[in-house]
Amino acid sequence: MHVPDGFINAPVSAVAGVVAAGAVAVSLRGARRELDGRTAPLAGLVAAFIFAVQMLNFPVAAGTSGHLLGGALAAILVGPYTGVLCIAVVLLMQGILFADGGLTALGVNITVMGVVTVVVAYALFRGLTGVLPRTRRSTTAAAFVAALVSVPAAAVAFTALYAIGGTTDVPLGKVLTAMVGVHVLIGIGEAAITALTVGAVLAVRPDLVHGAQGLAAPLKLRVDGALVDVPAAPAAEPAPAARGRSTRGVWATGLVAALLLAGFVSYYASASPDGLEKVAADKGIDENVKEHGAADSPLADYGVKDISDARLSGGLAGVIGVGVTVAVGSGVFWAVHRRRRPEPVAGALGSD
Amino acid sequence: MGAGHAHRLYRHGHSPVHRLPPHCKLVAVLGFVVVVVSTPREALWAFALYAVLLAAVAAVARVPAGFLLKRLAIEVPFVAFALLMPFVVPGEQTELLGLTVSVPGLWGAWNVLAKGTLGVAASVLLASTTELRSLLLGLQRLRLPPLLVQIASFMLRYGDVITDELRRMSIARRSRGFEARGVRHWGVLAKTAGALFIRSYERGERVHLAMVSRGYTGTMPVIDEVTASRAQWAYACALPVLALGVCLLGWTV
Repeated sequence: MHVPDGFINAPVSAVAGVVAAGAVAVSLRGARRELDGRTAPLAGLVAAFIFAVQMLNFPVAAGTSGHLLGGALAAILVGPYTGVLCIAVVLLMQGILFADGGLTALGVNITVMGVVTVVVAYALFRGLTGVLPRTRRSTTAAAFVAALVSVPAAAVAFTALYAIGGTTDVPLGKVLTAMVGVHVLIGIGEAAITALTVGAVLAVRPDLVHGAQGLAAPLKLRVDGALVDVPAAPAAEPAPAARGRSTRGVWATGLVAALLLAGFVSYYASASPDGLEKVAADKGIDENVKEHGAADSPLADYGVKDISDARLSGGLAGVIGVGVTVAVGSGVFWAVHRRRRPEPVAGALGSD
Repeated sequence: MGAGHAHRLYRHGHSPVHRLPPHCKLVAVLGFVVVVVSTPREALWAFALYAVLLAAVAAVARVPAGFLLKRLAIEVPFVAFALLMPFVVPGEQTELLGLTVSVPGLWGAWNVLAKGTLGVAASVLLASTTELRSLLLGLQRLRLPPLLVQIASFMLRYGDVITDELRRMSIARRSRGFEARGVRHWGVLAKTAGALFIRSYERGERVHLAMVSRGYTGTMPVIDEVTASRAQWAYACALPVLALGVCLLGWTV
């Protein structure tokens, strides 16, 4: 997904560069807090980790393989600020040293692959862990959903940039369908690997997972071979949280279920027609476009698509819409929630 | 990266291009790429001239063409995308080698291919004539935030360590008969990633402690300040300035 030089025009690249620079500046400040002063070595090592993990190819069906993008993983493991910072550094080094992604497109790359994935993934993750019960399994599930949505969200962000400043005239609807279709598939793999990785780290060093800091496992005692809860103190702790989410819990769970369902349905829907690879099919669509003779507006492009394609793109756009809305909504909710109850959260974090 | 540990991207040499201060080279490459991107795509000859300019730089730097071409392979994925463009872009159709392709699509493909390839070639030349460490010094000299430069330097310094760790884990898996064939094996790969994260993070903590015990206070001392004379700046800027001339000609002609 690295954007090469000359793909997005100069003004839009410059604006994206300014956005990326701003995001990196904010992240530099935030990361100091997240890593309590150990920013340079720890963020550097985490960036090296992301760089290495991007080489970890996982086999997808039929002999092809994909690799992790790592935005959601970084956000959940080390926090959003450090996540943005690490991905930005990885992209900067890839651009300068490995010529992977254009130098003028660096801002576009950082904005799309760093900022959008991390922000969407982390907001969604925080929202979900806020409403789900505080267990390891729900943390893993939230990581899955966050990673699943973050990858197509980046594809949508790229399409938006392309719509404003693309240098080629591929119709917008087609770009959106192809990008989102392909990236939903990538997102499934990303989501599974991210969730499993977060689960694996949680099993060994739960204290390292930034996204699971509030997850204090109750102390258990083994009495005659059976695990028994330690009475008194820990039992009182989850009570206020449970009271707080009693009304919200039902619809939140419903929303998450809908999102998951929609994600899977769209996966099966998009599995057969692959937007980029079916050249022949695209040529067919091209002829349609010529007949209609109104190729300029994206609406026209949506109109001439055959039904399955339109349904596909519509459905996917819907899923992304739901995802982004949930992300933004729950992010706002989380911010308000945190501001309202600073004391218990700080206590639960147990941070120094 | 200590002495004698040059990265495989770097090609050791003593050419005038190697000797230029890193920040001059960075500015020159960036300027060149910006100029290339803002050239109108209809000026075919301009891109040929850019390629000639880059070839001249490669000749001065004594970077062999084979080395350069091998490194250009990084752009294969988007070449595939560009080759698809003439078929998916709507518009006026034309015949080319017996295939029906669209004219705007051809222009689009040419645009991305030419500009992308020139950009990649410029970056490859920069990376193969500049050591990683001096590249980072150059970035610092260009007022990149010092913390960002530190993070990047740690990433580069430990990138190979972490990658090797991943490779060792992969060898360990394979020596036990494991081969990732499908979705069922994602769990194993994810556990690898998890273990790698824990190892990286803990190594980061150890590195930090080691640094603190040696007097680290949050900033790195600058021990070798790179400076550039006016002549070196002029020498480095020859490339983007010549390119700018070509670009202006491309707009007017």
